[in-house]
Order: sequence, then structure tokens, then C-alpha cells
Amino acid sequence: MSEISRADVEHLATLAHIAMTDAELEKMTSELAVIVDSVKRVQEAAGADVPATSHPLPLTNVFRDDVVGHAFTAEEALANAPEAEDSRFKVPAILNEDDDAVTANTPQEGGAR
Amino acid sequence: MTTTTQAAMDAAELMSFEDAIETFEPVLGFEVHVELNTASKMFSSAPNAFGDEPNTNVNEVDLGMPGTLPVVNGKAVESAIRLGLALNCTIAQRCRFARKQYFYPDTPKNWQTSQYDEPIAFDGFVDVELDDGEIFRVEIERAHMEEDAGKLTHAGTSGRIHGADYSLVDYNRAGVPLIEIVSKPVTGAGSRAPEIARAYVSTIRDIVKGLGISDARMERGNVRCDANVSLMRPGAGVFGTRSETKNVNSIRAVEHAVTYEIRRHAGILSAGGSIVQETRHWKEDTRTTSSGRVKSDADDYRYFPEPDLVPIVTTPQWVESLRAELPEPPAKRRRRLREAWGYAEAEFRDVIAAGLLDQIEETVAHGASPAVARKWWMGEISRLANARDVEPAVLGVEPATIVELNDLIQAGTINDKIARQVLELHLDGAGAPAQIVQDRGLEVVSDDGALAAAVEKAMAENPDVVEKVKGGKFKAIGALIGPVMKETRGQADAGKVKEIVLQKLNMNSS
Repeated sequence: MSEISRADVEHLATLAHIAMTDAELEKMTSELAVIVDSVKRVQEAAGADVPATSHPLPLTNVFRDDVVGHAFTAEEALANAPEAEDSRFKVPAILNEDDDAVTANTPQEGGAR
Repeated sequence: MTTTTQAAMDAAELMSFEDAIETFEPVLGFEVHVELNTASKMFSSAPNAFGDEPNTNVNEVDLGMPGTLPVVNGKAVESAIRLGLALNCTIAQRCRFARKQYFYPDTPKNWQTSQYDEPIAFDGFVDVELDDGEIFRVEIERAHMEEDAGKLTHAGTSGRIHGADYSLVDYNRAGVPLIEIVSKPVTGAGSRAPEIARAYVSTIRDIVKGLGISDARMERGNVRCDANVSLMRPGAGVFGTRSETKNVNSIRAVEHAVTYEIRRHAGILSAGGSIVQETRHWKEDTRTTSSGRVKSDADDYRYFPEPDLVPIVTTPQWVESLRAELPEPPAKRRRRLREAWGYAEAEFRDVIAAGLLDQIEETVAHGASPAVARKWWMGEISRLANARDVEPAVLGVEPATIVELNDLIQAGTINDKIARQVLELHLDGAGAPAQIVQDRGLEVVSDDGALAAAVEKAMAENPDVVEKVKGGKFKAIGALIGPVMKETRGQADAGKVKEIVLQKLNMNSS
């Protein structure tokens, strides 16, 4: 029996910014349930002696030297952009969530969350 | 509701800071993001550089193009371990990266590569020195590695966030190595909470600068602080709801933001209201915060281990070799230098504020006395820097130049005034001080004949001054020095002039 409920799917859709109709939600709830149940079978196969892993390779510390390699020109970087302006990607304004961005009139440093 | 109404409402509810502290116990928390100054990015070999043309420091990895794979910058890992050690943290023997997923145009992959359940450093502390020298310990929860995001500019007719029609994205900053330092809740700060907040951020900045792992320029966002504030009734034992003021990007602003939030919370709580858990924006011009995003579903980042990167394992040998090479902690170094130099507290504070500690230390190492080094850096060099609108530290004066100038003064070759002229000529590219003095014949007039003639002339032109000196007013000699300097183009030694005047009057200064 799957633990995926319709509410879970609605929540995920919100997080993923995907608008879904009632019919789509119903369909996705049952489909996701099948997927989760299938994946669960892997857990049955792994015994208690098999540690959880995030990676199949027996490798650690794969590092790169801190040396500058190649970078695109702005033109190359923007080659696939649907829209561009002033050498920047032009995107729809997403405003209600913003806590890092700046306005053109009041520039300040934003940054990663 | 307009922003103005919101601000007015907020302002109306403020409680005085004194009353707020009497009624409540503030609890602080800090998240400080430090941008590393590596040559290349965290997961790609694109340049990590500030101020370049938009989207020129990016490659396919930074733009999150399908099929690309990240590779960890080894130097960034080393910097993270060094910072962890400087923050007295335990370094994880094994840790990994995780995907923090959110949809926002500043992150082209739709996730930020970060660390979640396995940070590289944890359980540390930093001792923060307050203005009166008291030490306050801030416990560190963790320090983890991640990447910075791109930079958005909202554009549109009104120029305001809420009137923006679209946003422009520059990904030069995307992928710049970051270390996020998360403090444990800071309790017991009382009325010193704002000062502790300022001192904490300032200490973190000094530490990363001392380690040489970040340029640590807050105005460029190299060090950014999110300040959490909540209030609880004394003895409540349970923290209140907190607000998180984002991107407070100067040391002074951290202090102001914490003060403001304490007053705002106290006002709301005293009036029977409750605090909304939300992010707040700091507004430097009004020194207030305004409501940002309410904590919600969007904070469900669905972290999971990053499958494209393998774990990091730190051996004790590696960690210990990095520990052995750590520089002296900034606070300890400052105490040592202040004692060695014998500066007054205010003098030393001014040196720190001017950012000239390194320069003075180096000048002293080149053989100048601490007093002479301070005199030059805090005096003429700072004045010239100010006139040229640059920081004194980057004006281009070498410690050796100061020592050379001072030697010329000590040897009686030039006087203070000429030395200042020589420094300016030197900065304008005229060569080494001794060379400038020689080229331009700036030596103090040591030819007693020429000097004596100048003194005689000055005395003849100022009989009233001569009478005063004769009457025992030795200080009046000062009035003769000006004319003599003029006659000798500033190259006379004031002491020598005084001597000659007295000789001529058959007087003795003692």
C-alpha cells in the first residue's frame, strides 16, 4: 500500500510550481503510488548489512585544482536564452517570494539562501 | 497595503530599547555567508571574479546545462576546513553535498548544491571582544560549503520590486564558493545584544580575512549576515517566534537591525500581538526592517544527497597539517600588537578602523618605531589617501618608503615638511625618497653661512620679534622661523634656526 496521498501530490506540485487539474492530480497520485511501491522493493532486497549510500562509486575526495579554465563570452552564455537584455538573461518577474533580489534603483548584494 | 503604511504601522509599535530589554530577554542567531576568494568557482573552472561584464565568468556547469557534471574545488574544501578550525569546530571525518531545491531564476539548476545533514565543520565557538574588552562567547552550530547564486536585477517602469515587469539575471556570481556559518542561539546578551551582533560579524570578517580565504569586503557582499531575533520573558525558558533579517551587509547595519527588531518585537508582544515568523528586509536609509516572505511551504527544500559528487573524507593528518599552519587569531594578534606598540586604546581603535594594522606592523618590522609608523600612516598617508579618494592601505606607500623618509629626517637631511612633499612626489612616480631629495636639492640648508644670512635677514625685518626674544620670550623665535623657511624654500631646520638666533643675541635657551 502506498503512502502517497493526493495531498502529497498537491504539495509537490506547489513546490515544483506546476499547475495541475483535478484529473491530473488523481492520475499522478495513483502513478506515483505505483512508482514508490516499486522502488520500495529495493529496500526489501538490501539486508541490514548493506549501508545506505548516496553514491554507487567507491570513491572519495575527487577534487579539482583551483585553476581557471574556460568561460563563455556573454554572447555564448546567452545563446539559448529565450530573451536577453544588457548581456543578462531576461526572465519573468517572480516577486512574491523574493528575499534576495534587488531593484534597478536600489542595488544591494543579494545572494544564496 | 503600501510600504509607507506598513512602515508607519511598524514605527508606531516600537518600544524604547531600554524598556524592551527590561521586559524581555533577546535571543539572537546568525547565519553568515562568506564568499571565498579562490581563483575558480566551487564546482566549475570558470573564474571567481567580482565586477566583470555580466555573464562572462560562467561556463556550462554554472548555467546548469543538461549533461554537465560538477567537480569540487579542492582549495575551497581546504579553506572550509581552515575556517572550521579557526571557529574551534570539529571537522567531519566524512561529509557530503546535498541538493537544496527551490525554483528561482538566480539558481539555474533549480537547486543549490549545499550541505545538509553532514556539514564539513560543526560544534565550535568564537570568542567575541566587546568595546570594553569583555569577551562574549558565541557557539557555532555548523559551517558548511555551498555555492552562491546569480544576481537578479528587477527592471520595470517603477523601479520598485512590486512594480517590476521582468528581471535580469547575471550568473557571474553563480557557483562562487560560499561557506555558511550558523551560530547556535545566543542567549544572555541582554542590553548588549546589538553590540554583540556587531562584534560577532566583525570578528568573523577578521577571521576570514586573517585566514586569507576571503576578500571579506562587506560592501561587495563577500561577507553577508542574516540576523535572527526573538524575545522571551525572563525565565520563560522557551524561545519566542523569531524574525530573520536578511542580507544585513555592514557591521554597523547589523547592530542597527538587531536594535530595531528587538524594539519592534517588544512593541508587538507588549501590545498582546504575536510575531510572524518571516524574513525581514533591512532598509539602510530609514534604519528599519520591512516584512518579507512568510515562512511557508516554499521552505520545504526537499534536500537529498547530491548524486553527482562523491563524499569528502578528511584524514587526521590533513586536518592537523592545516591546523598547524593556521595564523594567529585576529583578537590575539591585536592584543599582542597593542601591548608591543604601547598605543593608547583610542589610538589603537583608530588604527583598526582605518584598516592600517598590517601596514603599521610591516613598517615597524622594517625598523620604524611604532610611534613613527603610526604618525605616518594615520597622518600624512591617510590625508593623501583621503584627498585621492582611496583607502590609505591601497594608496601605494611601501613600509620601506616610510622607513627611508624617517631616516632622512633623523639624519637631518630633510625636515618634516619637506618629507611630506617628498612622499607626495614619490606617490606621483618621482622615485625613491633619497633620490627625490637629491634630484631636487631638497636637503635642509646645512650651510651655516646661507642659513645665518637668512636668519639675519629675518631678524632685520622683524625688530619687534627680536626685542621680545631679547626680553626672554623664547617662544617668539617661532615668528622668525616662517620668514627663514620662506627664504630657504622650506629647507631650514627649525631647531638650527633657533640656535642661530640665540647665538646672534648672545643668549642661551636654557
